[in-house]
Amino acid sequence: MNLKRYLLLYVALWKNSVTREMSFKGNFLLWIVVELLWFGLQLSFVGVLFRQTQVVGTWNQWQMVMLVGASNFIQQVYQAFFLTNCTNLSELIRTGKMDFLLLLPVNTRFIVSLRQVDLGAFINALFGLCVMIYAAAKLQLHPGLLTVLGFGCLCFVGVLIHYSLMFMLAAIGFWTVRAQGIVWGYYNLFNIARMPDEAFHGVFKAMFTFALPVLLVSNVPVCLLADKLVSPAALLSLLALGLVWAAISEWFWRFSLRHYTSASS
Amino acid sequence: MRKYLYVINIGIQSNLTYRFNYLARTLFSFIPLFAMVSLWRTVYAGGGQEHSGYDQAQIIFYYLLVAVVDVLTAVNEDDWQIAADIREGNISQFLLKPVDYLTYRLCLFVSGRLAYVAMAALPLALFIFCFRSNVAPPASTEAMLAFLISLVLTALLQFFTSYAMAMLAFWLLEISTFIFILFAFEYLASGHLFPLDMLPPTLQHILAFTPFPYQMYFPVSIYLGRMTGPALAGGLLIQLAWVAAAYLLARFMWHRGIKKYAAFGG
Repeated sequence: MNLKRYLLLYVALWKNSVTREMSFKGNFLLWIVVELLWFGLQLSFVGVLFRQTQVVGTWNQWQMVMLVGASNFIQQVYQAFFLTNCTNLSELIRTGKMDFLLLLPVNTRFIVSLRQVDLGAFINALFGLCVMIYAAAKLQLHPGLLTVLGFGCLCFVGVLIHYSLMFMLAAIGFWTVRAQGIVWGYYNLFNIARMPDEAFHGVFKAMFTFALPVLLVSNVPVCLLADKLVSPAALLSLLALGLVWAAISEWFWRFSLRHYTSASS
Repeated sequence: MRKYLYVINIGIQSNLTYRFNYLARTLFSFIPLFAMVSLWRTVYAGGGQEHSGYDQAQIIFYYLLVAVVDVLTAVNEDDWQIAADIREGNISQFLLKPVDYLTYRLCLFVSGRLAYVAMAALPLALFIFCFRSNVAPPASTEAMLAFLISLVLTALLQFFTSYAMAMLAFWLLEISTFIFILFAFEYLASGHLFPLDMLPPTLQHILAFTPFPYQMYFPVSIYLGRMTGPALAGGLLIQLAWVAAAYLLARFMWHRGIKKYAAFGG
């Protein structure tokens, strides 16, 4: 019963987002172009890189293309559902609009996290998917149904990790009020997500594998798809870290919500 | 002239209010920089002493130099602020006061850069210190001088381009998409992502006809001694020409815009 109510609510939020996006059609299309250009930029970097060399570590050109495509796909799906909402959180706190959301008879995290849907990002996610399929064809991969399903699950966990981490960063806004700089900083982490983990060593690698597991987010699914997975350890650690970070993020959210002091009057 | 010195002074003060923001930005920007360096190290570890005439130390130093030039010359939020000034009618006061808006914004740009350098210098120096084995002195005294001149021109070119871009706010409500599109081209074609001489020759020739290489790649390659003699002198002249062109475009856009401008409210 409860689930049904939330589903209906979410449908209403979707309708709202569609209406909003369609009132600025030109802008909507231009944002898709912007994201597409940046995606093209990353791909052209791979192109230039492989003019210089045959392999990066054990990654060949089309595997790298697949990695860039997958990280774009995961990033865009994340962006579609959560990004705007995460960046808006500090604004909700600063202006005191959070009061209104706290009063609603729904889970506050649900409404804060899913209020707006970025529809353009779905289209960009599709471009990411196309690039991945093209790369898979170039690599002559023929993944079975189970592999593709596994890949989908891992991507889902990746989106969850991005969301857990960024939502926590945004919740710092309960103390600093202006947390947009912090959220913007997370954008830099997307940059590492599309690099092969073999490029990193030592403390840096440990930090972005365990503390902020962005390195795993797109590396593990692509390794699974491209038959590069050496042991199931990486796979299991991605799943485990996804759960751990989701739990920490929920705990941190409850903890920081207690520090909310409304802005008005 | 003194009034503009006041603007710079105030600009520095108001920019230093956000010093932690600057510091956070600088620290965060080290992550992709470090990642890039690691990636190239992996490439060199896989074989090959030189790629497109860069050995490992040179390519790492290239990215370090890009970071330095970026801190010194990049337009931070000036374009957004200018667009907001136009949209919200703040420029009305400049039409009444004996203050030239472009010069005013240029002063704010300079003060923004000074404040940013003040905050970013120490962490950036520390970062570079960690990679000191890759750091090389400028190719020659001549190169150093030309580098400094080119640096100033780069900053001006970046500023005038952004200013002209922000003038679109006279006609359009929302210009951030255009700013991002321009930024994407700048990022790729100015050599942020990789040295431009790694591109296929045809593309390099095409790029030479655009202002983009002069927004980053040109000063960096002067420092590295990859641009010498007549090519250097000619390059500086072309850069100067692009600065002049961007300046004229900025002025022209302002004059056209101001005719269209209708201020709302008081």
